[in-house]
Amino acid sequence: MLKVGNTVNFTPLIYAIMTTEEREIEFQAKIDNGQKIEPKEWMPENYRKQLIRMISQHAHSEIVGMLPEGNWISRAPSLRRKAVLLAKVQDEAGHGLYLYSAAETLGIDRQTLTDQLLTGKAKYSSIFNYPTLSWADIGAIGWLVDGAAIVNQTMLARGSYGPYSRAMVRICKEESFHNRQGYEIMYELANGTEAQKQMAQDALNRWWGPSIQMLGPSDAASINSSETMKWNIKVESNDVVRQRFIDRTVPQAIAAGLTIPDPDLKYNDETEHWEIGPVDWDEFYRVIKGHGPCNKKRLSDRQRAEKEGEWVREAAIAYAEKQNKKMNSIAA
Amino acid sequence: MNVKDISDQGPLWEVFIQSKSGIPHKHAGSLHAPDAEMALTAARDVYTRRGEGVSLWVVQSNSITATTESDSESFFDPADDKVYRHPTFYTVPEGVKYL
Repeated sequence: MLKVGNTVNFTPLIYAIMTTEEREIEFQAKIDNGQKIEPKEWMPENYRKQLIRMISQHAHSEIVGMLPEGNWISRAPSLRRKAVLLAKVQDEAGHGLYLYSAAETLGIDRQTLTDQLLTGKAKYSSIFNYPTLSWADIGAIGWLVDGAAIVNQTMLARGSYGPYSRAMVRICKEESFHNRQGYEIMYELANGTEAQKQMAQDALNRWWGPSIQMLGPSDAASINSSETMKWNIKVESNDVVRQRFIDRTVPQAIAAGLTIPDPDLKYNDETEHWEIGPVDWDEFYRVIKGHGPCNKKRLSDRQRAEKEGEWVREAAIAYAEKQNKKMNSIAA
Repeated sequence: MNVKDISDQGPLWEVFIQSKSGIPHKHAGSLHAPDAEMALTAARDVYTRRGEGVSLWVVQSNSITATTESDSESFFDPADDKVYRHPTFYTVPEGVKYL
């Protein structure tokens, strides 16, 4: 187990003889009290496992998420839009790195995490298995995908694990320009020429469903929800977060003059919520299981990047070791 | 002691950022880098894209010694019953100023 930092053992005997059951009770009390759990504290093994799973998949999603958007950097319609898109993609790399660091505090190492992604063992968000077919897709991603991510991440920032919660706060701050960038693109296209308006509408038509799905299965169907909610890893259910996203986004579409591609969409005056039609969960599970339009390409692109970067890592390590030897021989 | 990471990611470093002159460096997170110079540039790229800092420290994680949660109570205990370290423990006679 990778140790972050060294510790000196002052543990008094009384604490050392607490039973697992007693520790679990104490742990749950901390959670219920709204206290944050930090890396070196005792935690149930499943708490650690759930967090490693969630945080690492979140990290993988950020890294893989760079690919569909990176696809349009060379074809951005203006220099300003190119610079903005570059900055967004750089942010996603940074977000992935914050999250890998947070996952590592739980006793898993970076190489294992990387291997899990590259071997297809770990999942990443289903949404990134879709292609970006036009410039408007970049707008749709910033508006809808980052929009949904913000609603989810704002909720996760209230979670119990310190490093993950702090990473969420940092990410949410940076994500808000992504959201505005995307909406700006969609709004301008929707209010542009007929061809631009159609391009925006087409992108919305393709990205709406997957964005709704990306917030995860309904609670009854979600296998991890009861543990993650008991321990405040998740603070609200997928359905609650999904509804919040819908309620915020529909008026944004209306303001842009775009049509949400859902014939069953209607506003409920009593509940004051926008109600959507049935979600295509079959599509979600198909894509998660590897049968989306781009799953194979995403994985092979990441494998290729890892392989092509190997000489850089080797060179850097070789240089560091050489310098180290020099230092040691001077000191000796 | 130079602990070798099992991968070619390089050792783990903790990053501390000073957001402006005069205030302490604050822990921001961690990263992997093969040496100190790369750790510093990586820290700049990963943790200060919004001008978050005027100064960065990177420290190899295994150079840090920390208390653990289970130690905390007994380790910090001695300070808990010394209320006389706080100014509020003392009564100042009425009318006496600047104490």
